[in-house]
Amino acid sequence: MLETATPVRELSFGDAIKEAIAEEMRRDPSVILMGEDVAEAGTTFKVLTGLVDEFGKDRIIDTPISEAGFTGLGVGAAMTGLRPIVDIMFGDFLTIIMDQVVNQAAKIHYMSGGHWKVPMVVRCTMGATRRSAAQHSQSLHAWPSHIPGLKVVVPSTPYDAKGLFKSAIRDDNPVVIFEHKISYRKVKGPVPEGEYVIPLGVADVKRTGSDLTIIALSSMVQVALGAAKLLEDVGVSVEVVDPRTTWPLDEKALIESVKKTSRCIVMDEGYGRYGVAAELAAVVAQGAFYHLDAPVSRLCAMHVPIPFSPSLEDVTVPNERQVVDLALKLCGK
Amino acid sequence: MTVTAKKKAGVADDIGAERLLHMYRQMVAIRLFEERVNDLYTRALMPGLAHLYIGEEAIAVGICEVLTREDYITSTHRGHGHCLAKGASPDRMFAELLGKEAGYCKGKGGSMHIADPATGNLGANAIVGGSAGIATGAAFSAKYLKTGQVSVCFFGEGALGQGLLYEEMNLAQLWKLPVIFVCENNGYNEYTHFSESTAGDVCARAAAFGIRTETVDGQNVRAVYAAAQAHIERARNGEGPAFLEFKTYRYHGHHVGDIARAYYRPKAEEEEWVTERDPVTLHGQWLMANGVADRAALDAIQDELVAQMDAAVEFAVGSSYPDPSKVDQDIYA
Repeated sequence: MLETATPVRELSFGDAIKEAIAEEMRRDPSVILMGEDVAEAGTTFKVLTGLVDEFGKDRIIDTPISEAGFTGLGVGAAMTGLRPIVDIMFGDFLTIIMDQVVNQAAKIHYMSGGHWKVPMVVRCTMGATRRSAAQHSQSLHAWPSHIPGLKVVVPSTPYDAKGLFKSAIRDDNPVVIFEHKISYRKVKGPVPEGEYVIPLGVADVKRTGSDLTIIALSSMVQVALGAAKLLEDVGVSVEVVDPRTTWPLDEKALIESVKKTSRCIVMDEGYGRYGVAAELAAVVAQGAFYHLDAPVSRLCAMHVPIPFSPSLEDVTVPNERQVVDLALKLCGK
Repeated sequence: MTVTAKKKAGVADDIGAERLLHMYRQMVAIRLFEERVNDLYTRALMPGLAHLYIGEEAIAVGICEVLTREDYITSTHRGHGHCLAKGASPDRMFAELLGKEAGYCKGKGGSMHIADPATGNLGANAIVGGSAGIATGAAFSAKYLKTGQVSVCFFGEGALGQGLLYEEMNLAQLWKLPVIFVCENNGYNEYTHFSESTAGDVCARAAAFGIRTETVDGQNVRAVYAAAQAHIERARNGEGPAFLEFKTYRYHGHHVGDIARAYYRPKAEEEEWVTERDPVTLHGQWLMANGVADRAALDAIQDELVAQMDAAVEFAVGSSYPDPSKVDQDIYA
């Protein structure tokens, strides 16, 4: 929940991210950003437009189309005095940089006995329904979440995106941020003008309720809140909790909420099988077992490659109707 | 005086007697270190894998002789020689190889991951070619922060098969980064002759990026030093990267257990390199022929190092394993 004493404006999700990066670059000259078409082009999503004018091409650095190459370069730069933000245009391209992220960045601190650090941010996107088909639409945040040594941020609101992004840049570990690409312009919200950071590993209750907890991440928070309104009309009180980071994970907040409501749906735009939702469901099933009145349930992306045709793509992402139906079932209504 | 003798005397004058002797000492140290690794491994005192650098000593020594302590290196699975030449202490090296708490990485890295900020060692890497980004990133930092440091990326010719290397060479030349790509061509990708895996000319690959290249006799430490000096000075002056191919030979197998090698390389070939091309023997003979040292002086160096290495082994064998409670320390900074 937003608590601030400074003036608040409404910002888009994308502008909040840009503001976080700009503030940190002003604050710390060791912060640089590199990626494909990040400078004059301001990224393919135009999220960084204008940054190059303030910080110049030495700090907002256009790279060749060599994701593994500039991610690896970022790892080395991070070890030797810089705080690089590596811009990976689509989360789907994580496949290309996985060795540098998983075998290098994540393990260097541990393998070196704690002697080297990798203060690097990898920013990438997630989310379907942009009609971008199977190689530009996946939500692969489960992958880095599986790896010790990485931290993973999955923000849902402009306020959270800004505060979490600033924490990620200041963190001495490699952090992967998944930005929901549909949210860049579509999701707007209050963001204070002043300085603030949100620590990684603290969940946020987006709405309080007493009958059912929906644990939701990223784009699914808006879907959960929409469904909660519909359910309120039929007498079901829904609490929506957003973990905001998959690691570190605020297990206590999730468990406490489910202990209170006794029912839980976990929503995620990533795949359900072996995914983030599976882990979150396991955490609450174990932690709140004696308080449960219904099985912990998941609503995730369908287990299919993301299709192109709108009529096919739209059914792969969980929607409010599915949440309402499942919630009513779990509440015996 | 013949032209050849004049040329040799010139090299001695250029390099200086002290440095010529130091390079001999360093090569003998690596040889003795690796002989003890072989011994520890075959006596089952060393867990895991051991990839010996014996036969390739002149490359690490000739290169690192040009570097300052602050300059960076990245190393490989066959990396003991690089780490020692860059200034690592044999006792903490042996301790790490045996998985002991006193090791460079507190026993968490082992033979293939020795890392040490104090000597600019960004880490040995067990992903073939995996450190090309780290080395290039360190060079990026050096240029960005104007520190005057250079970065050396050691890799075997097996890494020529990895795409990352070419992405990094492109970035390094594009941005004129002070990184030296050092290809130690020992002729064999594990158990396969490199001619069966490598199309075209090795140096032509780097030259295609406009990178300066040179092929050098990797068994002649003075030749290695001379090449390194020229290219490192150039890189330090902001004139960009270099790619150096050193022709060398791995006396032992891919790892210590690789004993039956006749199926991939002839015994006669091994014998020829060992008897005719040994870098330690050749440099010793040269020092004596050019009046830099006599047999007694070289023997004294050997004796001193034998005592040092034996003491280092004793230290490592006698030191303790990390407490199991430390297994989950150093995952995050």
